[in-house]
Amino acid sequence: MNGPEYLSQKAGKLQTAMGGFFPGSHVVFRGQTLHTDLKDMDWMALYLFGICGRHFTAAQLQLMNALWTYTSYPDARIWNNRIAALSGSARSTGNLGLAAALAVSEAHIYGRGNEVQAITFFIATQQRLAAGDSLADCLHDEMNTHRRIAGYGRPLVNADERLGPIMAKAAELGLDQGPHIRLAFAIERFLLDSGRNLRMNYGAVVSAFGADLGLSPEEFYLFMIPSFLAGMPPCFLEARHAVEGSLFPLRCTDIAYEGPAPRKW
Amino acid sequence: MQTIHTQIWQEEAEPGNPFAAQVARCHGYDVYGEMLGRARWSDMLFLLFTGQRPSERQAGLLESLAIALANPGPRDASVHAAMCGGIGGSPSAACLTAALAVGAGLNGGSREVFLAMENWQLCACDLTRWTNRLAEKPAATASIWPVAEHASGFDPHAVDTALPVRQTLAVLAACSPGERLPWLNEQRPALERLAGHPLALPGVAAAALADLGLTPEQGEMLYLLLRLPGAAAHALEQKQVSHRNFPFFALELAENTDGENS
Repeated sequence: MNGPEYLSQKAGKLQTAMGGFFPGSHVVFRGQTLHTDLKDMDWMALYLFGICGRHFTAAQLQLMNALWTYTSYPDARIWNNRIAALSGSARSTGNLGLAAALAVSEAHIYGRGNEVQAITFFIATQQRLAAGDSLADCLHDEMNTHRRIAGYGRPLVNADERLGPIMAKAAELGLDQGPHIRLAFAIERFLLDSGRNLRMNYGAVVSAFGADLGLSPEEFYLFMIPSFLAGMPPCFLEARHAVEGSLFPLRCTDIAYEGPAPRKW
Repeated sequence: MQTIHTQIWQEEAEPGNPFAAQVARCHGYDVYGEMLGRARWSDMLFLLFTGQRPSERQAGLLESLAIALANPGPRDASVHAAMCGGIGGSPSAACLTAALAVGAGLNGGSREVFLAMENWQLCACDLTRWTNRLAEKPAATASIWPVAEHASGFDPHAVDTALPVRQTLAVLAACSPGERLPWLNEQRPALERLAGHPLALPGVAAAALADLGLTPEQGEMLYLLLRLPGAAAHALEQKQVSHRNFPFFALELAENTDGENS
């Protein structure tokens, strides 16, 4: 359905099943009242309820909490964190700096862009394997489509310090044997055995856990948006309280110009 | 039915479709029927912000200012931020968002231009007022913005006025329809002594935006907008190169960096 008639039906009002606020009275959040039904809900549980409209077990929520915690790096050199830090150094506001750093976090080679491809691939591959396809064919098709296996290999180093701790946490919670996380390790084994030195990175692990937790790629994408956030305020703060403009100063000679020689306008 | 109120934009609906415009007027001028093909980008910008068609001198000043601000270069924090988006393959809007967020601050960013324009409103071309104003300590008020740590429009790290700053000031002062840029060009050494730092490009931009008759709020917004082309180009360039060729810098983990507080 589209066109002016349809738009006219939609004009001037919000039709929603998600909720709304009734000034001075109450707030409805996906059919429940925020300040009564949900008043004791943990923020993480509420965030996921907002995304998925369903509730998760305590163990699942602990794992999801850990998925964020273990990738919270207060290192201002990391590209998204660097934006938060540069905002502090340039004396912008914390909200602007962190929001921009989060915006950049849906990158192709890390963050949301990487994870969305990875979880989509894991879910599809699991289904294809159940239907009798081979892993080799699945990987071949993925390479043809995206020219990479998202979640394997890492931009800076080909090893990931987060894998051991998150697998230990998942084991502690009894959530380390889901079909997608086992598939993720099987893919790594297959890639290494076929001579491709592409080790699994954290993007693959979180995406596989996301699939095992029953999240769709869209739900998982939304769930992961704040995952880097905790590492960003320290980056902003330190730069904000250091001498203004003193973060990563670059000399003219730090720019390696490779363009045309000087010419007249 | 609730309505949006604006003095800027007027639309007339296509027959049979109230959601499509057949005529769009900006401050009364028919954008697609008359302006398109005749007006310059600077004419449209000036019209949008002020409601008036610019004079030749106003349009010329805005054009020159736009060129001076178009690319702060990869050493600038806002462009650096945009390149951080480009190098990881972040969406184009995220790269520009990064440039806007970092380029919004009081150190070389749009808030510095805002504060410098407030100074022009207060001091005009009166050296006595500038003397008093630049001697004042900025008051610490509850705000999302940090307190200014240097005189707005001047460069706290510079040892002398950079040649591009002097070149920009000379060209803009020569074509300005206002009195601030020529006065700044004459009084630059005196103002730099008062500020304790050399003049910087945001200071020239603030005078130019004030000479265009813009308010500090308008100047802040336009400064953000005019610096985006370079951020966009550098972000796109980094998308095409390997992240291994982008600085990642060394890490020196310290116990405490508090001693370096400004």
